[in-house]
Amino acid sequence: MIPSAFDYVRATTVDEAVAALVAGGDDVKVISGGQSLIPVLRLRLSHPSLIVDVSKIDEMRTIVDEGSSLLIGAAVTTDALIKDARVQADVPLLAMTAATVADPAIRHRGTFGGSCAHADPAGDLPTVAQALDAEFVIAGSGGRRTVAARDFFVDYFTTAVGPDEVLVAVRVPKLGAGWGANYQKFQRTAQAWAIVGVAASVKTEGGIITGARIALTNMGATPIRASSVETALTGGPATTEAIKAASASAADGTRPTSDTHAQAEFRSHLARVHTARAVAKAAGI
Amino acid sequence: MTSTVEASPADIGQPRRRKEDARLLMGETEWTDNIQLPGTLHMAFLRSSIAHAKILRIDTSAAKLAEGVVHVYTGADFPGQAGSTCVWPVTADIVMTHYPAICTDEVRYGGDVVAVVLATERYLAADALDLIDVDYETLPAVVDMEEALKEGSPLVHESAGTNRCYTHKMPCGDYEAAKAKADVVVSRRFINQRLIPSPMEPRAVVAAPQGMADEITLWTSTQIPHILRVLLALLTGIPENQIRVVAPDVGGGFGGKLQISREEVLAVILAKRLGRPIKWSETRSENMVAMHHGRDQIQDIEIAATKDGKLLGMKVDLLADMGAYLQIITPGTPLLGMFMYSGIYKMDALDFTCTGVYTNKTTTDAYRGAGRPESTFAIERIMDELAAELGMEPMELRKLNWVNHEDFPYTNVAGLTYDTGNYEAATERALELFGYDELRAEQAARRASGDTVQLGIGISTFTEMCGLAPSRTLGALNYVAGGWEHCTLRVLPTGKVELITGTSPHGQGHATAWSQIAADVIGVPFEDIEVIYGDTGRSPYGMDTYGSRSLAVGGQAIKVAGERLVEKARIIAAHQLEVSPDDIEFNKGVYSVKGDPEKSNTIQGIAFAAFTAHNLPPDVEPMLHGEATVDPLDFSYPHGTHLAAMEVDTETGKVTLRKYVAVDDCGVQINPMIVEGQVHGGLAQGIAQAMYEGALYDNEGNLLTASMGDYLLPSSADLPSFITDRTITPSTTHPLGTKGIGEAGAIASTPAIINGVVDAIRHLGVNDVLMPASPQNVWRAIQAAQNGGAA
Repeated sequence: MIPSAFDYVRATTVDEAVAALVAGGDDVKVISGGQSLIPVLRLRLSHPSLIVDVSKIDEMRTIVDEGSSLLIGAAVTTDALIKDARVQADVPLLAMTAATVADPAIRHRGTFGGSCAHADPAGDLPTVAQALDAEFVIAGSGGRRTVAARDFFVDYFTTAVGPDEVLVAVRVPKLGAGWGANYQKFQRTAQAWAIVGVAASVKTEGGIITGARIALTNMGATPIRASSVETALTGGPATTEAIKAASASAADGTRPTSDTHAQAEFRSHLARVHTARAVAKAAGI
Repeated sequence: MTSTVEASPADIGQPRRRKEDARLLMGETEWTDNIQLPGTLHMAFLRSSIAHAKILRIDTSAAKLAEGVVHVYTGADFPGQAGSTCVWPVTADIVMTHYPAICTDEVRYGGDVVAVVLATERYLAADALDLIDVDYETLPAVVDMEEALKEGSPLVHESAGTNRCYTHKMPCGDYEAAKAKADVVVSRRFINQRLIPSPMEPRAVVAAPQGMADEITLWTSTQIPHILRVLLALLTGIPENQIRVVAPDVGGGFGGKLQISREEVLAVILAKRLGRPIKWSETRSENMVAMHHGRDQIQDIEIAATKDGKLLGMKVDLLADMGAYLQIITPGTPLLGMFMYSGIYKMDALDFTCTGVYTNKTTTDAYRGAGRPESTFAIERIMDELAAELGMEPMELRKLNWVNHEDFPYTNVAGLTYDTGNYEAATERALELFGYDELRAEQAARRASGDTVQLGIGISTFTEMCGLAPSRTLGALNYVAGGWEHCTLRVLPTGKVELITGTSPHGQGHATAWSQIAADVIGVPFEDIEVIYGDTGRSPYGMDTYGSRSLAVGGQAIKVAGERLVEKARIIAAHQLEVSPDDIEFNKGVYSVKGDPEKSNTIQGIAFAAFTAHNLPPDVEPMLHGEATVDPLDFSYPHGTHLAAMEVDTETGKVTLRKYVAVDDCGVQINPMIVEGQVHGGLAQGIAQAMYEGALYDNEGNLLTASMGDYLLPSSADLPSFITDRTITPSTTHPLGTKGIGEAGAIASTPAIINGVVDAIRHLGVNDVLMPASPQNVWRAIQAAQNGGAA
């Protein structure tokens, strides 16, 4: 379809972006790659009066190695996550998940920060942020603040980012040696959204699972940590049977939706199956 | 097939690269949306978001005052004006209904048009739609076909008094007698789901008063410029000789652009009324509700056989969803399959019944294959179910019942005569390419080990009827037009050639293939031929492109026109060389005297002589051209054997197509590379029906799959590399020996996939899966079987 008319500002610094957001009032949207916002505009699901483009802000396009974490600019593209050597080495879960997003054209435009700030429950990258306890750096007129992933994702398409704020970067902790990673994306076609996704990072030592970080895509309003599975796995043997047993609780406490691709009951089943598969693969089984 | 360029000096048979492609790939195209005329008004449609409602009031006052808006129209401005029409009243007592250009008092599907805005810019027209206020009184929606036929159902058309559009019966032989002799009778209900054609380019129109005198030119993304011109004249009252229809570059149709639409009708009427160009380009969202849909049948199928597997008869009872209105061939579309339910098999009886049903949904009409995918699905699926019932290997059951190659021509149970075919040869080649025995062994091993991922083999040994069709046959079926095709060939004074065809390509590669035929027939270089099409001003006669008819019918016209041209040139050559025409030999564009080859002239030289006309024989008119309008002798019957190896994840229901072999027989191939492209595209669409696509409505008649996030089209990433080959059994009813290939892939592949999925999990108690074989549908089938009893 055809969007309604809007004004457009391209910011070159974060401060400029914030100033534009403040000046623009309630009806402002931030755009970077536009892979979520432009369809929304074209379908006239949103009628912003102003769009602030942050895609050319250098600070938001860089990845900084902070030692124990990577500070990834919000406007870093999904494609860059796949190809960046530091992301590959230190946060392999993020690199491998990014590779499952949509298709190359979308990955070259869509951004990590945009995916998180849009907060579609079917988005893949927010799940990784949730699984790895990432932190979100948000700038507003009062300065900058940092929000933990568990507080960042609030509801369907709703995050802790306020109307006159902009997401600047995502701080993703490095898990260190001994951790394996896997993202299981269950989808009907290669370019489709996840019906269910499971992001898992697992540490094994001597056949025992000593650490597990697991989060689920599209099993509720936000990406959800499968805490009970993490607890059940930790300290147990890294065997197919034990992993399957621990994964039986993967859908507990989730609230999946029903749509044309899957009813909630089927999503819960898929979450259990794919949690077991993701953990097993991450554990190298 | 491996084609070797050097093997044949002729142009026919060469895998030439397409003439069209450089231009298409480099963006040097003329899509309708690229046409920009001064003074254009942009047309936008306010469409009902409710499936069924009374229109109580429409307030357009705010929209009329909006920036850029020139006119806002409602149904009251076009009383009685039809927006489309049906040319195929299939039975004498069919319930025909009026399709309004703009709805006046009632909307009948989500997407029905209630108002039209004309504005100076496209965006302003879209903005104005938001300002139109419509009060609706929602009426109960008719969604389910079986409910629709029950006494007391809400009615789509109150004045019709029924939702039953028609019931067409075609009893062939005595089915009850056949059934009485049967040891085994297998019955199944198949759901051939609704599909959305989804061409790459949605529809678009530009209508303008342009050209001679009172002429209106309509550029439209259509498959049928010629038929459309006739229908526009009939619907608008504008004289036919004042309407020119042009199909510029058209980005796919798949049957979706075999239509006359209200958008075209209104554009023409408004351009005439206002004297300004009118333009509309459809959005994808609009296309998904407003362009006609395809398929949508409930198929109750029964097959009767002896215990040894000999087929005796078949009963077919269809419910076919018409949607809210009848458009160009809505009621006839399911009947295009009725002669083909017996497929390639011999049987004594076929009892066919089809009931068309009105519902509050988008109108259905032709979609790639149109009726024949449905019939092929039914016979090929039921053959597998019969094999399972009999405990026979499904390929053996087919071999036992198919028509052997020495039995052609063969008249099937419905009375159609298949001219040629060789099912044995195609099957033998397919089995070889597939590694059938190895895959059966792997399947057994996976079953034995209880592997999570099970393997199945799907078979489809199909034929179809295309190349519609002898005009008298169409007349006998109550179709209101003929099935002929036209070609004019002109060798111009400079030696260049114009080939004017009545076919109207929209991606098929006619410019290339038609040049190859003409190059052989009249002996001019391929490069010197310009193919002209899709414009009633330049190519006045034609019946357009659909139903795999372009080569099957239009190819005949090229050959005959070329032969007539060659004969005219022979007479001129004989006159100039001062011998009798019988003493002239024609070879590769050169006329020479028998026994004295030094005395010769080229066809180009003769064309110049025909232009100057200084020295022509007394009865010969100037200029060198040949024309032919050819009615085909019969339908075209391509066939083939397709095999699919399907993996099913029994934990998740996920289906993966691992290997696909398609051995097709379309007779003589004009251009094997184009054939290959048609096979690949057809396979993708047929596989998509089996695995991905399906238009779903809720109980209120809302289309749930109204975006490509919900209506899934596969991409190349979802499909394996197809293994293809051809056997060549020339047609005896076509002068070039060719058969249609445009729809074969889409017709054959759907049952191959579903047979493969069912075969993978039959041992779990499953004997059918709903299409598309989505993970949820497959998982549910497995769950249902394990919880006692198959579907």
